[in-house]
Formats: sequence, structure tokens, C-alpha cells
Amino acid sequence: MAGWNAVFKREFAGYFATPVALVFIVIFLVLAGVFTFELGGFFNRGQADLRPFFDFHPWLYLFLVPAVAMRLWAEERRTGTMELLLTLPIAPFGAVLGKFLAAWAFVGLALALTFPIWWSVNFLGEPDNGAIFSGYVGSLLMAGGFLAIGSVMSACTKSQVVAFILTIVVCLVLLLAGLGPVVNFIKGWMPAGVVDAITGLSFLTRFENISRGVIELRDVLYFVSLMGVSLVVTTWVLESKRH
Amino acid sequence: MREIVAVDGVTFSVQPGEVVGFLGPNGAGKSTTMKMITGFLSPTSGSAKVAGFDVQTQTREAQRELGYLPEGAPAYPDMTPESFLAFCADARGMKGEAKKKAIEKAVSRTNLQGVLRQSVETLSKGFKRRVGLAQAIMHEPRVLIMDEPTDGLDPNQKHEVRALIREMAREGGSEKGKAIVLSTHILEEVDAVCSRVVMIAKGKLVADCSPAELLAKSRYHNAVTVTVRTPAGARVREDLMGLAGVKNVEIAEDQTREGAATSWTAVPHEADLGAALAPKILELCKQRGWNVDAIRMETGRLDDVFREMTVG
Repeated sequence: MAGWNAVFKREFAGYFATPVALVFIVIFLVLAGVFTFELGGFFNRGQADLRPFFDFHPWLYLFLVPAVAMRLWAEERRTGTMELLLTLPIAPFGAVLGKFLAAWAFVGLALALTFPIWWSVNFLGEPDNGAIFSGYVGSLLMAGGFLAIGSVMSACTKSQVVAFILTIVVCLVLLLAGLGPVVNFIKGWMPAGVVDAITGLSFLTRFENISRGVIELRDVLYFVSLMGVSLVVTTWVLESKRH
Repeated sequence: MREIVAVDGVTFSVQPGEVVGFLGPNGAGKSTTMKMITGFLSPTSGSAKVAGFDVQTQTREAQRELGYLPEGAPAYPDMTPESFLAFCADARGMKGEAKKKAIEKAVSRTNLQGVLRQSVETLSKGFKRRVGLAQAIMHEPRVLIMDEPTDGLDPNQKHEVRALIREMAREGGSEKGKAIVLSTHILEEVDAVCSRVVMIAKGKLVADCSPAELLAKSRYHNAVTVTVRTPAGARVREDLMGLAGVKNVEIAEDQTREGAATSWTAVPHEADLGAALAPKILELCKQRGWNVDAIRMETGRLDDVFREMTVG
């Protein structure tokens, strides 16, 4: 893992060296706002909570997070800097981890910048701040899961567009696996065990649990192990291309 | 997917203080070999040792002793040379004062002072290459691997880079100097900086010797070239061919205008005969009354050897 911090530092600063950071953060905040207030009916519900805010996060991440993740490795491969990075005395997993954590910290920063909405809801009423905190934790974990999958896809190709599309597809499958209509559809003809396994894989089910204020160890473990496995797979993909 | 054998059974070693020119036509496997030495690619079989460390099993240790300039000197386009070098220093575990000093030294050796705060993507090719070099030498590696370090540079920049390479090989005496391998297909580079030549073609080793020995392989080695002004109707070729020991005669500059100087190269049967050939040719010219503008013994032509060894 040696050297991960050097990679982290470079990558995190890298987001701000280009318009990527600004564009991403602005779009994320605008869309989060639009979804919460327009589609989510934040005011009309008359409830002091952030459910409409968090409910749209999976769909927001579905498109925005792959855009962050797509460049992780595809870009290195295209510009040839991969050769430089992997011949520095850094463990490959260290480089994978450093890049992932930088991307995660960056998305985390964008998420943190939604604090005015938390402030508003506290101004308007008396929300359950524990549930809101839990929602933020769930949202961050889910973003990490999306990013880790994006990291694998980005390692597979030197085309950022291909990485972007693959990531969206895989993440969409993982999201839909827990969506009501899909669950009802497969319930009809699949054994209960399989249905449970499929819904168990879903981001949505896990995220909904956490965002309702129930931080359960197994849900947290799900996201953490998803990230761990994805990063190991990323390293493995990179290594396999060195033969 | 079809398997491509890029490099096949290439073996050589490099001592401290040596500058080895890694020669071969494009596509011969030079870059692939270098990528395997630096641990970027893994060979199917065989091994590479850097400063005593096996690149495959002790990758990190080997890479610590290694400076590498990949082909085209890739660097993160959005970064400035300053932040890029700082990143490389961080990645190599340098800290504080040592890091600052290492960066300063690398910057001054590669003359990057003027562009430290400009993003890499806006730099000229020459500066980009120097950024790559600075990165490769900043940690004082014992082994320096450079893939086409002067490719695409203008003559002044080439001169600077070569001077830097020579300086680094010499540093601290031959015992403590760096072991340097540079790949090139520019033959003048071999003469300019290398103490040894390793040549590969189609992935196989075809030569491992000093530049002088390589030149000796040329059929022009010890050939005699004479530049003469001859009257019309002079039968220079025939007369030269008539001399003992001459295998064949080639005309280098074909100027048929009367009174103009023409250069003829007499190639001896065997290289050792060349020394005896020059006086005989001078004698011949005197007899025939030709004006000799110049006469010289050829050391050999590298491009000729290169073509002979790498084609077919």
C-alpha cells in the first residue's frame, strides 16, 4: 500500500486543476436542489425531514459518479502516464486505493456542500438530525460503491466513454435489482432464496435502510466489502494487462 | 487473440559508469525490453535484475534504484513541472529538506527553472522531455533507463541531453557512476554518448560490443576514400580495381563534370589490408597525374552495419 497517500494527494489536487471539479460540484448541487424541491415536493410534504433529498441520490449518482470514475485509469492509459505511475516504487494496490479515495473524497466534498439544505430544514422545523446524519452516511457509502465499480470499468479500457457507459449499466443493474416493480416481477416465478439474493445485492435496498436512519452493520459491511472487492479487482485487471 | 513474440531471449548486463546504447529498428522490441526491465510489463520467461534486485519478485526495491524515462516522456498534462516533481518525490518517499534539495538539483540540471509554474501540456517537446528526465534522475538512481531520450528534439536540445547523460555516467568515478541504458535508432547518438552497443532485431540480440567493434563490422571498415580531380576519360574505377587487395570500388559523389572532384571508396578484401592500401592509391594518383583533394581511411559506417545486421 506504500505510496497511496502521494497518489491521493496528486489526484485530489488534480480535480481542482481543471474545470472538472467546478462543473461537477455545480451540477451536483443544482440537480440535488431541483430533485428535492421540484420532484420531491420538499415544501408540500409539510414534513421536516430530508427524505425527498436522499431519495433521489441513487439516480443522481447513477450519472454523475461514473463521470468522475471514468477517468481514473482510462486517462492514465491514454496519456501514457500509467507507465510512469506503475514504475514508481508504489504498490499497484496503493495506487488503486489512492485514486479511489481521492475520487471518493471529492464526491464527499460535493455532498458536504449540500449542507444548506440541512440548515434549511432545521430552520423550518425540528427534523431528526440523527436520521439526516444517517442519510449522509448512506449516501456517501453508496457513492463509494458506484465509484469502486467505475474504477474497475476504467481499468478495463482506455476509452473514457466506454468506461462511463459500462459503469452506468452495471450500476443501473445493481440499483434496479431492489426496485419495487422489479422485485414483484421476479417474485412471481423465482424461488424466495434467489429473490432475496438479488434484492440483497441491490444498492437501493441497502441505501433505503440506512437513509431511513437505520445504520445496520450488515448494510455498511455490504458497501465496504463491495468497495474492497472492486479495488482488488481493479488491481487485478491492471496487473493482468502487464503480461 | 494472437500471441506476438516481441522479445525473444535477449540477455545483457550493464555495469556502473557504462552508457549502453540499445539499438534496433522501430518495432524491434526495444521499448518492450525496457518496460520489462522497469517492471511495467512482466516477461513470460526470464528475469531482469536492477542493482541486484529481481524486478519481478522484488519489484519495489528494484524500482527504488531505478530512474525511467518512458517513450515520449509522459507527464500529467494538468500539472506544473513543480507539482509533478513534488508528486514523484512523494511517491518515492522523500520528505522535507531532502525532497526540496532533490527537486532543486533535478530542476537545475535539466534547466527547468523558467517553466516550473506552467502546466505541462503547454510546454514544448524539449521542455516536456526535460521534465521527464528530471523525474528520472531526481532520486539519484543507480540505474537509469531512457527510451528514446532525444527523439524529436532539435539539435541544441539533443546536445544538451547528451551532455547530461555523459555527465551522469561519469559522476563519482566509474565505480559509483550510474548504469545507463538508452534506446535509440539515431546512430549518431551511439558515437556521441555510448560506451557500448546492444543491438536487437525482431526481438533477438544481434550485437553486444563497443561502438568501435560495431564499426569494425562494417564492410567500409578501413576502406580508403580518395577525392580526386581527374581529366576526362580517366578510368579511375578500373585503375583502383587493379590495385592488389581491392575488393571493389564505389563512387560516393557522382559528379561527371570535367575537372570536378569525385570521391571513390576502395573497399579492401580484408580490413587489415586497408592500411597498406592508402600509400598505393596515392602512388597511383601520382603516376596518373590526378590531383588528390583528400584521402582518408574509413572507420566504418554505422548505418551500413545497422542495415546489414537488422535486415533479413
